[in-house]
Amino acid sequence: MELLCPAGSMPALKTAIEHGADAVYIGLKDDTNARHFAGLNFDQAKLKEAASYVHQHGKKLHVAINTFAQPNSYQRWQQAVDMAADAGADVLILADIAVLAYAAARYPKLERHLSVQASATNAAAIDFYRQFNISRVVLPRVLSMQQVRALAHSCDIDLEVFAFGSLCIMAEGRCYLSSYMTGQSPNTAGACSPATFVNWQDNNGTLESRLNGILIDRFAPNETAGYPTLCKGRFKVGSDTYHALEEPTSLNTLDLLPQLYAEGIKSLKIEGRQRSPAYVAQITKVWRAAIDAVMATPERFNVQPQWQQVLAGLSEGSQTTLGAYHRKWK
Amino acid sequence: MKFSLGPVLYFWPKAQMLQFYREAAASDIDIVYLGETVCSKRRELKFDDYIAIAHMLREAGKQVCLSSMTLYEAPGELRELRKYVDNGEFLVEANDVGAISMLQQQGLPFVAGAAINCYNQHTLRRLISMGLTRWVMPVEISGQWLSEVLNQSIIADIRDCFSTEVFSFGHLPLAWSGRCFTARSENRSKDQCELCCINYPQGREVKSQDGSSVFVLNGIQTQSGQRYNLVNQLSTMQGYVDIVRLSPQQQDTFYWLTKFKANINGTAPQPLPATDSNGYWLNLAGMATG
Repeated sequence: MELLCPAGSMPALKTAIEHGADAVYIGLKDDTNARHFAGLNFDQAKLKEAASYVHQHGKKLHVAINTFAQPNSYQRWQQAVDMAADAGADVLILADIAVLAYAAARYPKLERHLSVQASATNAAAIDFYRQFNISRVVLPRVLSMQQVRALAHSCDIDLEVFAFGSLCIMAEGRCYLSSYMTGQSPNTAGACSPATFVNWQDNNGTLESRLNGILIDRFAPNETAGYPTLCKGRFKVGSDTYHALEEPTSLNTLDLLPQLYAEGIKSLKIEGRQRSPAYVAQITKVWRAAIDAVMATPERFNVQPQWQQVLAGLSEGSQTTLGAYHRKWK
Repeated sequence: MKFSLGPVLYFWPKAQMLQFYREAAASDIDIVYLGETVCSKRRELKFDDYIAIAHMLREAGKQVCLSSMTLYEAPGELRELRKYVDNGEFLVEANDVGAISMLQQQGLPFVAGAAINCYNQHTLRRLISMGLTRWVMPVEISGQWLSEVLNQSIIADIRDCFSTEVFSFGHLPLAWSGRCFTARSENRSKDQCELCCINYPQGREVKSQDGSSVFVLNGIQTQSGQRYNLVNQLSTMQGYVDIVRLSPQQQDTFYWLTKFKANINGTAPQPLPATDSNGYWLNLAGMATG
């Protein structure tokens, strides 16, 4: 079982490797990946440096090229694939059918993983993508543990699941809420609820967060104000004001680790390429210890209270959830 | 330019569905999509009921297409999809690539619905080689983006192999989740939803705390708060949009069909209600009006 950690910069990448990641995933400095944020990600030179650092330590580098290519700039997605191959990446994480086809034809020996942005939630969808000789599928965060188990039993392909981090509650790659509000979405611009549209206003002690003018939330002086990700705001439905879609909370699957291990899940992905090296260090340490423990004696695995304490401290709103893995999720 | 009725996205009682399709049969719509695309628990109409409606519509001179679900998560749902694929008489709209996989294996043509991630000419060309005969572009892309795809030589060469369709009226389907938001709004878990969507034939409106309409909850689907309405853009679609889709609304669907048909050439423009938007088509935020 692999521990796959995020890195948005060289310091984060080095930290992940130092603290026990088996592999690190990164993106290029443009909208060919779904974490296209200012000041983040890797140019060609840094990409080569990243590959060589990871390989010196006997680990693997995955490069996410997981947005959807645009008609007049399709070449940029091809060039991203070329650049990653040239730099010595071990794996490409891809979502666009055309980019998958290009990579499969041009670099047949370079491993291809199906990005979560391709939104493959069932056996028939996974069958569809087999024509591009993918070796692994990253599952969307909309499936229950029971559904993950059914896929693990019915599909003869490696599965990767999200283990920890920001929780997308929508089937990834098919969510247009962000472009509805701002004109930019993960699929078209590599970003959700982009920071350039965020506005904060203090109204006599009440802090209001807006995205492109739409009020996402109001915070009383004693409340912690979170980033206005549009699906995590407090809205009115009928006469109730609540987190109509999702609370600001993080996914945490530590409790499910023995089950995920028993089902042969190949890789646990930690979300957060936008996070600091310090965050990556703490998260990697906890998950390294947990995976080592489950692999050593799966039947005696216990979640250590100090792990949960660290993870809670790193979570949105200091809350964690099993998300859709848990049937009672509502 | 032809006009289509998309699948009913809401959970309407059987009698309301039958009434709606009787009206459709009597209307001058060209194409009708039928089927449950949102939630497999909604079973007011079963597969055989849809086929019976399909026959009724075909006899009324409509072209019928069966729409399949968007988010497949369980093996039982794939068995239901298999029935759609094997129906033997009607074209199928795929809203998940799993459906494309099954249709392709049978050598059947298909419509790629708006939830299939086709954003560029190379992906489109590949889908055409798999059997795509009609492309409903993703709701979030603009008219300009569509024309850029169609103007690429690898598509222009095979433009007569497929038709294009644009979602042009109704609340936009924007996201699908493992969570049921309608059940959540009634403080129920998804497993104990008691099919409460049937109480909300237009979905549940989500407003910001200062009163703007933001989204509409429709079970596991989240829709746009604004109603999308491209009635005044039809003349700019001439030449590259073959089919204009109206998504069935609780009210006024056929009224707006008449308004759309009257304004094909831009000669009968309509004032847009404040609750409507057209931003996506105009390369703006979807909720905007240009």
